Amino acid sequence: MTYTILHRLALGLVTMWVVSPLVFASTEILPGDVAESILGKEAPAEVVAAMRERLGLDRPAYVRYWDWLSGLLVGDLGVSLASGREITELISDRLWNTVRLAAITAVISVPLAVILGLVSAMKAGTLLDRTISIGTLCVISVPEFFMAALLVFVFAVQLRWLPAMPILRPDQSFLSSMWSLALPILTLTFAVLAHMTLMTRNAVINVLSSAYIEMALLKGVPNYRIILFHAFPNALSPIINVIALNLAYLVAGVVIVETAFSYPGLARLMVDAVATRDIPLVQACGMIFSVTYVMLNLFADILSIVSNPRLRLSQ
Amino acid sequence: MTTNMSGPTETTASSGESDGKIKDSNLRLTTTAWIAILILVFWVGVAVFAPFLAPYGEGDMVSMESFKVVEESSFLGTDYLGRDVLSRIIYGARMTLGLALIATILSFSTGIVLGFVAAISRGWVDQILSRSVDAIMAFPSIMLALIIIGGVGTSLPVVIFTVAMIDATRVFRLSRARALALDASVMEYVNVAEARGEGVTWIMLQEILPNTIVPLAAEFGIRYTFAILFISSLSFLGLGVQPPGADWGVMVKENLQGLLYGAPAALLPAACITTVSVAVNLLVDWFLHRSSTTIPGELME
Repeated sequence: MTYTILHRLALGLVTMWVVSPLVFASTEILPGDVAESILGKEAPAEVVAAMRERLGLDRPAYVRYWDWLSGLLVGDLGVSLASGREITELISDRLWNTVRLAAITAVISVPLAVILGLVSAMKAGTLLDRTISIGTLCVISVPEFFMAALLVFVFAVQLRWLPAMPILRPDQSFLSSMWSLALPILTLTFAVLAHMTLMTRNAVINVLSSAYIEMALLKGVPNYRIILFHAFPNALSPIINVIALNLAYLVAGVVIVETAFSYPGLARLMVDAVATRDIPLVQACGMIFSVTYVMLNLFADILSIVSNPRLRLSQ
Repeated sequence: MTTNMSGPTETTASSGESDGKIKDSNLRLTTTAWIAILILVFWVGVAVFAPFLAPYGEGDMVSMESFKVVEESSFLGTDYLGRDVLSRIIYGARMTLGLALIATILSFSTGIVLGFVAAISRGWVDQILSRSVDAIMAFPSIMLALIIIGGVGTSLPVVIFTVAMIDATRVFRLSRARALALDASVMEYVNVAEARGEGVTWIMLQEILPNTIVPLAAEFGIRYTFAILFISSLSFLGLGVQPPGADWGVMVKENLQGLLYGAPAALLPAACITTVSVAVNLLVDWFLHRSSTTIPGELME
């Protein structure tokens, strides 16, 4: 098992390394360069050349890539073009906001999905199961921004139960910040809940059709014990995998949700940076998100290796 | 899988083995498939005949009143600039469905060609193509799109190209895997064709494509909904179709603030996107169920 995990870790490191030149290359596709995009097309050639020198753009690409990467590794993300401020400084608050949003969503949606999936599998074929299945299928077909708009319309405008836009103040208590974050959290939860529920249900039902479950049934083991102690542990590996993949999907989900709710998070910062063509900032945010995504995928694979008895016991 | 196993609708499926025609029993549409087709035909009609159907132009300001049903507007009222919502939804169908279609066709042609090339030639060509695709797929797709648009700036060709490229990686994987998984009997034909001196293009079109058409056709539906959702998400972020162009994603973005005053103008285009994606999903579902009881080759004339 140790070998399998080490192998997977090494592969993950390679992937992370591969991601970096791709992110860096995005500046190189552009005809012209950052200096021109700061100064505009009409700027005289000497001024552009001076700017290029000041930004270090006159050096060859591989040298700049190396500088950027080594800066990245020690936490120096460079300077934002739009505001001229240190990117590290711009990002820190935003990053915390995004992590908070994603973490609360995960804490709510993962247990909920596993419980719904288990209930659905236990009551397979009943009205309850079908309601859950149809409900999740409907939610899957709805784009996140529709969900966001719908929830705002229903809960904030029609019913007036929840605040439409999150207002964050530093002196807020945890509960009141939860309150103002309720709708973004709800939207994100819907976005990831459906898949996790369906996959949990299918994994458990899949295991339920195997021979040892039939054996347990014939021995007269009660239903809930079969589900909890016979089926669930064996379904754990695929379920963990789905959960980690969906948490990785949160990375994409936050982009839409933060924009929809004007939430001051990292994804919103990145979307704004893309709109203003603030390339160093786009690169920094892109790297953070991509590395998180790769690490969550890596985490999913390792957890599913560890939780799968067959993989765990081989070698 | 053989024709003898043609599932619950047994009728005559096993009688006329290789007459090359699609069996009637396999073509029978279920109710959900009918609903899906009706929805799609409706939207295609709307998209094609947009200029004739829309009461106003996509950028026409019909009223000074925002978010109101006024007499100048049709029954869906006006948007935040006083433009007619119905007309913009009709033109939006054209933009959203059209852009997604172009992107999907592009991604399919490149993805399938590269996938088959990788499968036929194997060796270093396959290695280079597969590893590049792995690298692209290591990114969350929306991040990749943001990074590219951040570097190049946004315009319709850039959006189409970006979505097509992201989609093409998935199509590449599928078509490569499908081509590699073809059973030995098909590969014999490929070997014979190679020995005869046929080119890669001929082999792809005549030997491999007909044998992989079913999974690829289903994938087309899945990719098309992905492209619709992806392009409208980009537009929603303000990075796809630019105003005053009417795109369903743009319309949701523009009218989001109106929701706070109780104006549902943002919900309508979002609901349109959902109907299309649900319809395509239903159709793909039906198609996969139906075709799982057929030999893929039977679909071909």
